[in-house]
Amino acid sequence: MALLEIRNLSVDFATSSGQFRAVDSVDVTVDKGDILAIVGESGSGKSVSMLAMMGLLPWTATVTADAMLFDGQDLRALSPRQRRRIIGKDMAMIFQEPISSLNPCFTVGFQIKEALRIHLGLDSRARHRRAVELFEMVGIPAPEERLKAYPHQLSGGMNQRVMIAMAIACNPKLLIADEPTTALDVTIQAQILDLLTGLQRDTGMALILITHDMGVVAETARRVQVQYAGQKVEEQPVIDLFERPHHPYTAALLAALPERATSKHLPTIPGVVPGQFDRPQGCLFSPRCQFADERCRTVAPLPQGPQAGLARCHYPLNLSAEAEA
Amino acid sequence: MLRYLLSRLMTFLPTFFGVTLISFSFIRLLPGDPIVVMAGERGVSPERYQELVRQFGFDQPIWKQYLDYLGGVIQGDLGQSFVTKKPVWDEFFALFPATLELSICAMVFAVLLGLPAGVIAAVNRGKLFDRALMSSALVGYSMPIFWWALLLIIVFSGWLGWTPVSGRISLMYYFENPTGFMLWDALMSGQKGALGSAIQHLILPTIVLGTIPLAVIARQTRSAMLEVLSEDYIRTARAKGLSPLRINGLHALRNALIPVITVIGLMVGTLLAGAILTETIFSWPGIGKWMVDSIFRRDYPVVQGGLLLIAVMVMIVNLTVDVLYGLINPKIRKR
Repeated sequence: MALLEIRNLSVDFATSSGQFRAVDSVDVTVDKGDILAIVGESGSGKSVSMLAMMGLLPWTATVTADAMLFDGQDLRALSPRQRRRIIGKDMAMIFQEPISSLNPCFTVGFQIKEALRIHLGLDSRARHRRAVELFEMVGIPAPEERLKAYPHQLSGGMNQRVMIAMAIACNPKLLIADEPTTALDVTIQAQILDLLTGLQRDTGMALILITHDMGVVAETARRVQVQYAGQKVEEQPVIDLFERPHHPYTAALLAALPERATSKHLPTIPGVVPGQFDRPQGCLFSPRCQFADERCRTVAPLPQGPQAGLARCHYPLNLSAEAEA
Repeated sequence: MLRYLLSRLMTFLPTFFGVTLISFSFIRLLPGDPIVVMAGERGVSPERYQELVRQFGFDQPIWKQYLDYLGGVIQGDLGQSFVTKKPVWDEFFALFPATLELSICAMVFAVLLGLPAGVIAAVNRGKLFDRALMSSALVGYSMPIFWWALLLIIVFSGWLGWTPVSGRISLMYYFENPTGFMLWDALMSGQKGALGSAIQHLILPTIVLGTIPLAVIARQTRSAMLEVLSEDYIRTARAKGLSPLRINGLHALRNALIPVITVIGLMVGTLLAGAILTETIFSWPGIGKWMVDSIFRRDYPVVQGGLLLIAVMVMIVNLTVDVLYGLINPKIRKR
């Protein structure tokens, strides 16, 4: 049985100008010890779907799903109190901006021990021991002194390590990393990714990596799911995806990678992700797709079968010979 | 920390001299001659008048009067009241406990109600409690304080008879060697009913004086909380599975307190201004009432000295607030 199974998740936001659908019937499945990358541009609903699962969206959001199972528990049926016993313990999340994600008024030690007390009920000495151990695990030098530091006294990379230590404090079964390296220097990015994959390997937890960086995906993930304008448009194992992208959007994203560029100028995808007011009638990607025809512009495509990477496209690319037949 | 305190104290000096200059000149700008006022309806003979003018130093040029006054202030001599002939210093400290007691009660009242109200309103933004609280805060802030006092007296003292109209304690009680803090004196005296009487006398003035600070604190807490609640670290706290009470009351409030503390510090000045009206209405024998009386009597030394001491109090409170910032917000402490 999968560790996490989400079927047909939709999230609507009530805005002053009406309902806005940020996530549109997305499925997410993660097995124990799996590494899934969710990829997409800004506004593609990657973070929102994960925040919805954690119950962290503001009250303006309406979350609907056919199924939302985590470790055999139906997340939809939980009371807020029951949900609080799971999130931060079995299911943890780290965020994009490490410095603003930590409370400036408390030492990092306080913030990490807080989770240990609430979820594990450790006494003060055990909390301290565990906090030191966690800081060592995430590679923070001189953990005893660092525990007394405030977030503003540490660098961005150190703060992200603190966030990771905090997230893995209670040995979660699933760690969601929401663009964990976006705000960091390139050299630090690689360190943090290595740390995350290393921890994943050592602890056997499942990892969901939200990113817009295909390079990060190639280095870390096992499976990739591509999202566009709130919809899942494709899902494949990472090697297959890089070799044979089926959705034109995935293909365009890969073509935009510098290391795969063939011409002097890096190819770009014209236009932007549709927002609340310019949602096209048919396929959401059709206005930016170089292959789109009349059918694409009028009829919304349904996901194809697994042989086409579940691509939400009328004309999936790179189909193998047997799939064509 | 010590250097920080010293540098803050240095900035007090210009303020201090500014206050002496302003209080010295403003009271002299008021029409009315203190000697004539002192003499009352009986009047005073021209010879006696000249004698008094010389005695008080009014024959000297005005700049010399000011320098004399300043010289005294620097040596800790605030002069004597024209009316009672007692040193201003002694009068101030005899009356100050009454004002301090009332102000502390009003502030405690405002903070104890205002902080939670602001937090609850922010957490339930846009709901009934929030709207009700913000409307009443606006009313509380805009309401003339004397009118509010009279309204409360009519209802609670007049119609319901629950609270006394004026004074600090019932006339039945008498204390040896009072500290001036009525609650403390009543408690220590051990006389039956004394504490209850003191509390009864305190209730209405506390509410009246505390209303504006209450409204301001509630509004400030709400807006600071709203800002903090949308911060990333609140999302982190929720992602940790903390309870709403812990998130709002600890993680958010601690950050929201910084602007709130500023406002509380600023309210102390307002409080002393409000005390003048409140004390006058409730015949509360504090420095507010004392100041008003001495202005009417053109009692120059009392007005000057009183204003100066009040200004020093406000400066001390501001310094305390600055020190508190550092305790609450570690980022400021570092500098």
